[in-house]
Amino acid sequence: MAGTAVHHDHRHDHSDHAHDADHAHKPLTFFQRWFLSTNHKDIGTLYLIFAIIAGLIGGTLSVFMRAELQEPGIQIFHGLAQMVYGFEGDAAIDGGKHMFNVFTTAHALIMIFFMVMPALIGGFANWMVPIMIGAPDMAFPRMNNISFWLIVPAFLLVLLSMFVEGPAGAYGAGGGWTIYPPFSTSGMPGPAMDLAILGLHIAGASSILGAINFITTILNMRAPGMTLHKMPLFAWSVLITAFLLLLSLPVLAGAITMLLTDRNFGTTFFAPEGGGDPILFQHLFWFFGHPEVYILILPGFGIVSHIISTFSRKPIFGYLGMAYAMVAIGAVGFIVWAHHMYTVGMSLETQRYFVFATMVIAVPTGVKIFSWIATMWGGSIRFTTPMVWAIGFIFLFTVGGVTGVQLANAGLDRALHDTYYVVAHFHYVLSLGAVFAIFAAWYYWFPKMSGYMYSEFLGKLHFWVMFVGVNLIFFPQHFLGLAGMPRRYIDYPDAFAGWNMVSSYGSYIAAAGVLIFLYGVAEAFAKKRVAGDNPWGEGANTLEWQLSSPPPFHQWEQLPRIK
Amino acid sequence: MTKTPQTPRNQRANGAIVGACLAFAAGMAGMAYAAVPLYDMFCRVTGYNGTTQRVEQASDVILDEKIKVTFDANVGPGLPWDFGPVQRDIDVRIGETVQVMYRAKNLSSKPTTGQATFNVTPMAAGAYFNKVQCFCFTETTLQPSEEMEMPVVFFVDPEIVKPVETKDIKTLTLSYTFYPREPSKPVAAVKDEETDNRL
Repeated sequence: MAGTAVHHDHRHDHSDHAHDADHAHKPLTFFQRWFLSTNHKDIGTLYLIFAIIAGLIGGTLSVFMRAELQEPGIQIFHGLAQMVYGFEGDAAIDGGKHMFNVFTTAHALIMIFFMVMPALIGGFANWMVPIMIGAPDMAFPRMNNISFWLIVPAFLLVLLSMFVEGPAGAYGAGGGWTIYPPFSTSGMPGPAMDLAILGLHIAGASSILGAINFITTILNMRAPGMTLHKMPLFAWSVLITAFLLLLSLPVLAGAITMLLTDRNFGTTFFAPEGGGDPILFQHLFWFFGHPEVYILILPGFGIVSHIISTFSRKPIFGYLGMAYAMVAIGAVGFIVWAHHMYTVGMSLETQRYFVFATMVIAVPTGVKIFSWIATMWGGSIRFTTPMVWAIGFIFLFTVGGVTGVQLANAGLDRALHDTYYVVAHFHYVLSLGAVFAIFAAWYYWFPKMSGYMYSEFLGKLHFWVMFVGVNLIFFPQHFLGLAGMPRRYIDYPDAFAGWNMVSSYGSYIAAAGVLIFLYGVAEAFAKKRVAGDNPWGEGANTLEWQLSSPPPFHQWEQLPRIK
Repeated sequence: MTKTPQTPRNQRANGAIVGACLAFAAGMAGMAYAAVPLYDMFCRVTGYNGTTQRVEQASDVILDEKIKVTFDANVGPGLPWDFGPVQRDIDVRIGETVQVMYRAKNLSSKPTTGQATFNVTPMAAGAYFNKVQCFCFTETTLQPSEEMEMPVVFFVDPEIVKPVETKDIKTLTLSYTFYPREPSKPVAAVKDEETDNRL
């Protein structure tokens, strides 16, 4: 436990415990360091590597989907179904159609649970939150290790579900990440859905443990003098995210357990023939699902605040407002869930409430956007790579936020529900918002984590290629959605062909951007340009920049004092 | 705080936070399950989702206004029944208690058991559809070729003319669905010939 991993003086109190990774400087074997790791920085690194791998897989799935949608008709998925599942003839076309939906489902699950969450919470928060609050490590280092090693089998289960039987005559779970019954119960008799559900259970358990760890660390292990109101905004964002996880994930766990017993043990929670109600699942799912999207974006808010402040050489504008805006977003996020379900036949009064509550979220979000802009205002701005990613984040997140306010209106949503307009909206806030925040954080903290400086040229190139790519993918999807193109179909009428082609080209450009990212990482490690303790100068004043780059295996043996 | 981050006091505090967090998470999971009866209760009280009301006695107010009630019938997959209303629709005065009949016939050569669920559309009207007697949620077994008439006694609550959401409703639809009632088998069970034939 943390108590044995960190000693307060330089003598060994327990020489018989020399295997503890303390000041013994005894080199750890590769297996000990990376598989039995209890060090928050090593676990953070593992999470980041995991997120990159999962992101590559999830991204590849999306490129396949865009390649299929490039032209009307069925281009590639019957061939894929033939190759992967061994279907022949018409069975390949039917199998291919379902396979497209499996790809949609897996893309969503992977990107949400195995890319964005591990990158932001497991990766950057694990790395930086203890350092930022002046703590030597997380409160429960072994629990941290379990969190990571639970997410790996969860990911494998979800991947495996793509290759086992789902509905009759097809493979994989294809009901979308929302896994609504009855399609996820009576519609998919094969074991694929069970594997996906089990994967979600384990990923949920991992996240709940992680959340408990962060809450304990942040509440109990801040350095002397660091009150909550002096805590960096990234730590604030992670604290709020952890509470959201703790509140929402058990509800998902309950809902999918009911799904599982409906499927396997004859209960009828969601089956009308036994007195159940499929709509209840939607309520439970979105009670989790809506906070979940804030879980994905809040750490990004924290990161962007740091970067904007650093490269404007100004403290963040309205620090307390920024912190409590996140609290407000988190709190209000729990009472707006039914705006995902305007079409299930709620009463007008209910819809009015959810419209209003949803639009209220624009207020704290607006506080954040304007505070970022006010931070930049009059600042000494340097357009380094992390800064351009952060500004890109603000721009794209605002675009997604505007379409979000539109979709909050029940009347408009009735027309746009389940169209590509919704797809464009949530990709603008997540794929472009959260992912841009992740890349911003990557370039901001890469020199700190690795000790090497990335190539400014490659970082900027990565940004511009990505920026052009993702906008080409998702902006035309607004037009497609307004024209009425529904989501989750392998094919579409010819009338939608033009913008779909543009969208697909965008996806190839974004994929090229990802290759530039990977090349940039390899280049940085190959060239070994030494970054120095604080490559960002006086604007970077959070605690991590007072340490060496990379930080020592155990930091803050002398706790920092915060004035 | 001392130089050591992990004093015993701190570890106790850690334990307290973990305990609170775990209790909280367990509580939320419990809330998810509590949602099932709560949601059911909520539907019954508010008529949410077209849930109709069960009442013991007829209305004492009858309005002059009439409303049309149409009857719909469905049979779930796997139940070899012919099931439908005797009368397609009926014009009733709001508040008036009426009885209508549904008829079900077993088309197969084996006794089969079914169980009905129902709802009312428009969903907002569910709360104003009061059933005095119905055949919902009772298991019904029909012998081969047996035919049975099943009564529904209901009235439309006169309150329906007041709220803005329901005052303009001119037609209500009462829909019944009969599902097969059988020893329930899990949907995700691995299918083999034996289980398929057993049905």
